[in-house]
Amino acid sequence: MSMQLRASPHLHSGRDVPTIMRHVVYALLPVCAFSIWQYGLSSLALIVTVTLSCLAAERISNKMSGTVNTLSDWSATITGVLLALTLPPAFPLWMGAVAGFAAVWLGKSLFGGLGHNPFNPALVGRAFVQAAFPTAITTWAPAFTPQRFVEFIPSSLTLPLMQPNDITTWVSANMVDGFTGATPLARWKFEHFVYPVEDMITGAASASTGETSALLLLVCGLYLIARKFMDWRIPVAVVGSALLLALAFRLFGGDEYPPAHLVLLSGGLMLGALFMATDMATSPVSPRAIWAYGAIIGTVTILIRYFGGLTEGVMYAILFGNALAPLLDKYLQPKVFGARK
Amino acid sequence: MSCQPLQASNMEQLLEGIWKQNPVFVMALGMCPTLAVTVSAFNALGMGLATTFVLICSCTLISMLRRFIPREVRIATYIVIIATFVTLVDYIIQAVSLALYEALGAFIQLIVVNCIILGRAEAHAANNPPLSALVNALGMGIGFTIGLFALGSVREVLGAGKLFGISLFGEHFQPWVVMVLPPGGFFVLGLWLLFFAWLAKRKEAQHGA
Amino acid sequence: MSGEQPIHFVPPVNSLRMVRTLMLVTSLCGGLIVAVWQWTQPAIAANKKVVLERSVRALIPNAAQIVEYDASAKGVTVAKGDAADGAIRFYAAYDKDGKLDAIAAEGAARGYSDTVRVLYGYRQACECIFGIRVTQMRETPGIGDKIITDPAFLQSFEHLDVSLSPDLKSMFNAVKTVKHGSKQFGWEIDAIAGATITSKAVGRGINDSAQRLLPLLVPHLEAIKQKGGAQ
Repeated sequence: MSMQLRASPHLHSGRDVPTIMRHVVYALLPVCAFSIWQYGLSSLALIVTVTLSCLAAERISNKMSGTVNTLSDWSATITGVLLALTLPPAFPLWMGAVAGFAAVWLGKSLFGGLGHNPFNPALVGRAFVQAAFPTAITTWAPAFTPQRFVEFIPSSLTLPLMQPNDITTWVSANMVDGFTGATPLARWKFEHFVYPVEDMITGAASASTGETSALLLLVCGLYLIARKFMDWRIPVAVVGSALLLALAFRLFGGDEYPPAHLVLLSGGLMLGALFMATDMATSPVSPRAIWAYGAIIGTVTILIRYFGGLTEGVMYAILFGNALAPLLDKYLQPKVFGARK
Repeated sequence: MSCQPLQASNMEQLLEGIWKQNPVFVMALGMCPTLAVTVSAFNALGMGLATTFVLICSCTLISMLRRFIPREVRIATYIVIIATFVTLVDYIIQAVSLALYEALGAFIQLIVVNCIILGRAEAHAANNPPLSALVNALGMGIGFTIGLFALGSVREVLGAGKLFGISLFGEHFQPWVVMVLPPGGFFVLGLWLLFFAWLAKRKEAQHGA
Repeated sequence: MSGEQPIHFVPPVNSLRMVRTLMLVTSLCGGLIVAVWQWTQPAIAANKKVVLERSVRALIPNAAQIVEYDASAKGVTVAKGDAADGAIRFYAAYDKDGKLDAIAAEGAARGYSDTVRVLYGYRQACECIFGIRVTQMRETPGIGDKIITDPAFLQSFEHLDVSLSPDLKSMFNAVKTVKHGSKQFGWEIDAIAGATITSKAVGRGINDSAQRLLPLLVPHLEAIKQKGGAQ
């Protein structure tokens, strides 16, 4: 959505929150379909479980706070789908449900519902399970196993509150050659291994459910941008700053740092830049603030990936950007015509 | 509440600290130990009892000396008395259980700056006879212990799958690591505060109807 | 003084009364503290001894008798009270025949969130550390606390080379924590992936302690062996 702060008169565009949200869901459907094609039942069940738990959490908090039913504004659905797409495909379903409740309750309801939340709820949910279950959230499963449409990845069906079922025997039983269980970013960080580009586009690399194909994400994002449901400046600023920084590090730092295409195609950068950072409630509205916001997210992502203990930094970078958004709006707001400082 | 000696019955005074003026859930005092040491039910109880001990002893003693302490040096006197009992409790815990002592760490010594204690001394014990001060301190101490235990038990159950070190869910339980980390303290405290606020609101609505 | 000026409305402060009160209260408190200290001290000392012996036994299962020593530049003496300045406390474990089995000592270094204390066992025969036991730490659960359980990490301590240089003044090679998976030499510790700060604290604590202790200890080992037999 492109929004500019202008003086009156204002015309209503005929677009309201539910319409925009609905189109975001449409744009995410191909990403979901692709992940189900890759990971089969487990991915489908994860997306359904997380989304349903987000909807349930929304309904319960509606009831408890005595406010109107907000299920129909699609925002809980988006939170659920986005959250599921950021989780690893072998993530136990019960943990997915915990993530869904944490996302809606901690991320949104406690602040007063949609529009009052300072942080992207889906990322709050993911941050919560990242802190709660650090091992499960970094356990990756291979894609395109032959039995994926008839059987679950064993860890998906873990009993609630229990440790994820071990998947090593399942991985070897499926004879996935060369599966290392590490993401392209992790393999760079620990082995300086450059993942083949085609693997990162066709979804063969280990990754979260919805971030396996940077190309598909880009296409879906472009749809939203073309329909003007999304502010194009945010993803451009995020990806652009990350790319510039990656190129600069590669140029001046040499082989110590990963090649720029690896930075762009791997991990959650595309998903985050296109679908998370652009969340209307948690991003700034004035043009200069938007550019600054995007640049901060891109920069922090690179800093965490290169110098942090974690391999991936998009999530924390966006949450950090969210926290700064009101401040950026305040200090970088456009001057009112004729006003003097 | 502080300047009406003996008007409220002892029972009411006791309940005041446990429920109506609960230091953790209502007054939100003593948050530092509340968040820091409540990773397990055992630690929470230990901390709660240690604080209760200091609270009762110092408030009773201050109440006994209340006519004798000049206004100008009352805070200094209170702090000396409170610090003394904190030192005593420090020794006693070491003698009882070194494991608990190490788990609570610096927070035993920090009881001295827990504002519940100085607050009780100043607001109640300084103006009331010893029995009333003792009951009031006991109520506050129990209230604080309950508050800590409420946090500690939830954090231990989710963070370790245990309560008082006894496993509840078997060996395959997946611990919620975040619960034993500092953010877990904030989450659980927030949820308890939310729960009590919700209870209060519901009660209000019922009375209104 | 202020009482002589009639315009002053502040009542005169009786400083004598304040001093009297404070003195009385402080002496009362002092008395209380001393009384409770004397009452609890034996129990505290006994508790500490139990905890220590339990750790040493866990490290050296053969230990039948454990004697505390202090090593300083003046030599090695049986420990009394707290270790003096510059002296290092260590524990000699004798088996049931009175033969010296191993030496244990504690190293400490700052970890991720607090000091990490590690008890390490040393044998002269291999001039090595043969095991460690974490005695105190507050590292992040699930990450830093792997130093207690991680088998690959603990394996580094099954034969950690701490041999002294020929002049017995310092260790031949300093104990060093290296990046996960890059251990090459006997004196290197394989860090835990993701818990490097904690792993390094363990290595540093052991190195600092062993660098000071071993040069003081090794020349007197014969004497310590004798002592154990005599006791």
